[in-house]
Amino acid sequence: MLSIRNIVKQYAGHRALSDVSLEVEKGTIFGLLGPNGAGKTSLIRIINQITAPDSGEIYFNGEKLNQSHIERIGYLPEERGLYKKMEIGEQMIYLARLKGLSRAEATKRIKYWFEKLEIQGWWNKKIEELSKGMQQKAQFVATVLHEPDLIILDEPFSGFDPVNTEVIKDEILELNRKGSTILFSTHRMESVEELCNSIALINKSHKILDGRVKDIRNSYRNNTYLIEYTGYKLEFDGSQPFEILKEQLSDDNSHMLKVQLSEAHSSNDVLQYLIPKTHINMLQEVIPSMHEIFIEKVNQKRSGDE
Amino acid sequence: MNKVLLIIQREYLVRVKKKSFIVMTLLVPGLILVMYGIIYLIATNSDELNKERTVRVKDDSGVFQGKFEDHKNIKFQTTTEGITKAKDDLRKNEDDFLLIIPANYEKKDAVKIFSKKKPNFTIITDINDQMSDIASGNSMVKAGIDTAKLHAIKSDISIDARQITDKGEEDSSIGAAYGVGIAGAILIYLSLFIYGAQVMRGVIEEKTSRIIEVIVSSVKPFQLMLGKIIGVGAVGLTQFFLWIILSTAVTVVAGKVFIKDAITQPQKEQVSKNQPVQVHTSPQKDSASASTPSADVPQSPAMGFFNSLKTINFGYILSCFVFYFLTGYLLYSALFAAVGSAVDSETETQQFMFPITLPLLFTYILSFSFLINNPDSTLAFWLSVIPFTAPVAMMVRVPFGVPAWQLAISMFMMVVGFLFTTWVASRIYRVGILMYGKKTSYKELSKWFFYKE
Repeated sequence: MLSIRNIVKQYAGHRALSDVSLEVEKGTIFGLLGPNGAGKTSLIRIINQITAPDSGEIYFNGEKLNQSHIERIGYLPEERGLYKKMEIGEQMIYLARLKGLSRAEATKRIKYWFEKLEIQGWWNKKIEELSKGMQQKAQFVATVLHEPDLIILDEPFSGFDPVNTEVIKDEILELNRKGSTILFSTHRMESVEELCNSIALINKSHKILDGRVKDIRNSYRNNTYLIEYTGYKLEFDGSQPFEILKEQLSDDNSHMLKVQLSEAHSSNDVLQYLIPKTHINMLQEVIPSMHEIFIEKVNQKRSGDE
Repeated sequence: MNKVLLIIQREYLVRVKKKSFIVMTLLVPGLILVMYGIIYLIATNSDELNKERTVRVKDDSGVFQGKFEDHKNIKFQTTTEGITKAKDDLRKNEDDFLLIIPANYEKKDAVKIFSKKKPNFTIITDINDQMSDIASGNSMVKAGIDTAKLHAIKSDISIDARQITDKGEEDSSIGAAYGVGIAGAILIYLSLFIYGAQVMRGVIEEKTSRIIEVIVSSVKPFQLMLGKIIGVGAVGLTQFFLWIILSTAVTVVAGKVFIKDAITQPQKEQVSKNQPVQVHTSPQKDSASASTPSADVPQSPAMGFFNSLKTINFGYILSCFVFYFLTGYLLYSALFAAVGSAVDSETETQQFMFPITLPLLFTYILSFSFLINNPDSTLAFWLSVIPFTAPVAMMVRVPFGVPAWQLAISMFMMVVGFLFTTWVASRIYRVGILMYGKKTSYKELSKWFFYKE
């Protein structure tokens, strides 16, 4: 769907993107992650052809990215806004027509979306008369109105209350089911695990990680397990097949252990060791969350720089 | 291209639908209507002024006896009645005056004039002038100058400016050219500012409301800038166009009403007296007789001015105005757009606005003093060739007549000028609109200019 190859973007004084390459598969929800100032917005602007890269190429469905692709991309920028003094209906039509829709077609689709998001009564209201949440909804509608193949959302949930966040999340998933590829940038990791199939992590202009979310998390497994048992507190003499990372005792006799297994052992060895000693409620492998991976990778890079 | 049209359409409609646009559009013809009303009032009231008055002269000095000349609306009559009796008579004839000249008339305030109504200024001035003449003549005769010599000494000078043209002699229109030149300079200066600032405000609005990023993901920054500039320019032209149409309509209607009114007045003489005013109220007549030399009759200064207005070729000046407004607007609004793109709020625009508007301001100030008095000077020539100063400078010069070759150079330079500023501005604009929260310096601007696409 989208193939980004060796993009370099240099601004006066700093480098926004150094040699970044990405592949966004058709039909996926792709998360572009990174701390503030990493270069996410620069990359998104380049994909939207708002700015051009210094070097590198982008292919859209196998074709070199050009002006004709603009109508097939929908873009919701992080910094959002609409003309304050303009009526919302007219404004939606205007934005849709800039994306190449006819007036009649735009009107039809806006009506559909406004009903879906329950803002149909606001057609003739000026933007400044709307609540922030409603403005955000309107802006989302403007992004997807022309049924783009690729939808680019920069921090889509910022500014939404929890209820509307769910509404928008559902809409994104539905659009994805209907065939749109979605690329979104965020630093809210819980939404990444919930929504994304694949991610790329950008830090300080470099891509430091990319791949399918599942694969990444699996590759970050480090033989850590969580154990819950009931009974007397266990004493360990060093003969156990694991190392204790954390021990948490509670009053009702059920205790938590976070342990790391050495290379030679498996979870079965843990069970074999523990079963004679106590009553096990739970044994669970700890797969690091995207959040932890994110923090780890970013910090790694930081200490590597120093 | 289609998208630029869409942008133009939006920029245009949004502004034309604004209340302020409608108010401004109606305000100007409204003011013109009010002006006609005032002129009309003056004209009808001048009947009062022109009413025939009789001045009864009681001359105790004997110097003035019979020497007063009757004018159109003042008749002099000698009276020998006693002061009390004369004053009684005055009560019965309320339009009359009583002039009492004592023997020692040379003393300050010795001469008295009585009237029932407040005496009007022109009559007092007339009497005063005549008395001064007679008194000084009298003194000269007393000093031994004979009357024939006296008449030879007194000369009456009035200058009639004429200009040699291809059509022969024509009334020169110095006065009118002066007025039209100044008016043109003010009008073009204000319009360039007003519409240029509208473009700038539009750019800032898009930037601060952050809609800019959505729009530039659909169109190129240059298309947006161009669309905005053309859209706002079209608003300006619409406003001028409506002003001309409405003002003409108001003028025609006002002219019809007021002329009909004036003709139904009984005094035929007064109708012709009112003519200068009516010439003014009916510009169709003006333009129809624009190039015909006016009748060779003695004229009051005001009448002279109105007649010389006829010598101005309004069609030509209007075309020049439209050309210089358009090119000047394109030139300046591009720069205004660049300024708007470089800042985050209107308060920050000052440092960039000043150097841009300096040439315009400079020419504007100069136009009231130097340019209007020296429309053919070398400085005037250069100012009308430099695109930044040409719109104002040329509007001052055009009513005086500008050689065709100079006009051609100036117009060519205007086109080159606006193409150049648009190019420069678009390079700054494309970067500036996406830069937030940074205080912009000139160094920064020049960097933006050299950014690759």
